[in-house]
Amino acid sequence: MISLTRRYRFPAAHALRRGDWSEAENERAYGKCANPRGHGHDYAVEITVSGALDPRSGRLVDPAALDAVVEEAVLRRFGHRMLNEDPLFAERVPTAEHIAVAVHALLAAPLAERAGVALRGVRVRETRNNTFDFGDVR
Amino acid sequence: MSEPVRVTRAIEFSSSLRLWRRDLDAAENRRLYGAKAERHGHNYRLEVSLRGAPDPRTGMLVDLKDVKAVLEREVMARFDHRDLNEDTDCFEKAPPTTEQLALVIFRLLDAAFPPRLLERVRVYEGPDLWVDVERESRP
Repeated sequence: MISLTRRYRFPAAHALRRGDWSEAENERAYGKCANPRGHGHDYAVEITVSGALDPRSGRLVDPAALDAVVEEAVLRRFGHRMLNEDPLFAERVPTAEHIAVAVHALLAAPLAERAGVALRGVRVRETRNNTFDFGDVR
Repeated sequence: MSEPVRVTRAIEFSSSLRLWRRDLDAAENRRLYGAKAERHGHNYRLEVSLRGAPDPRTGMLVDLKDVKAVLEREVMARFDHRDLNEDTDCFEKAPPTTEQLALVIFRLLDAAFPPRLLERVRVYEGPDLWVDVERESRP
């Protein structure tokens, strides 16, 4: 099995809080991450794809096509944004776990259609010390 | 005591290359590979993962000295400070994309190590791009 992983970065803000909870409940569950004015991270996302090598190019994926899909579907959408304002997080708190699931959902179809590869997994690095994996991460 | 463990050894090598198919003309190669059709180079990082049960006598899966010697012979001597297109015969059929490089290294090492010891080869083209080749798991 051959897979390729590429790392991208986007800076974004978020606040971990639920609208249906009291201030005290949010504070208890999320601590300083519940600050209503938000805070931010330099997120890195590692996208792992797999498939057969293109016999013409000897590549798994055209890197330009991979970059274009990730740029359009994820980096432009989340980069320099307050994640709580994205409709994807209207019903879900934008924890890094949910960001990993959301990135996977945003990429699976366009990667298959426009880059011709299967998405295997997404790793979100929220800080140097904390990473969150969804799917088959390499 | 015979539970399988994984041991990973890393090395780095620097090579020059161009993505170029000999059966295509220059314009087609440049269209297919863009800037990578021109001669350039990378500092590759290779991680070699071995898997199996440790020797009950030594407590080691392998002697890392032996692993180092295999990597020196199969990888460093072939590719380090070499041109992947001109100095090796590994990329005559398919150009040295990082995918092909990882496949070639997996085959070379799989033949050099005891059967089924090699589990995975990871080749970093740079810190933000890497390719994994793993043994197909057969049920």
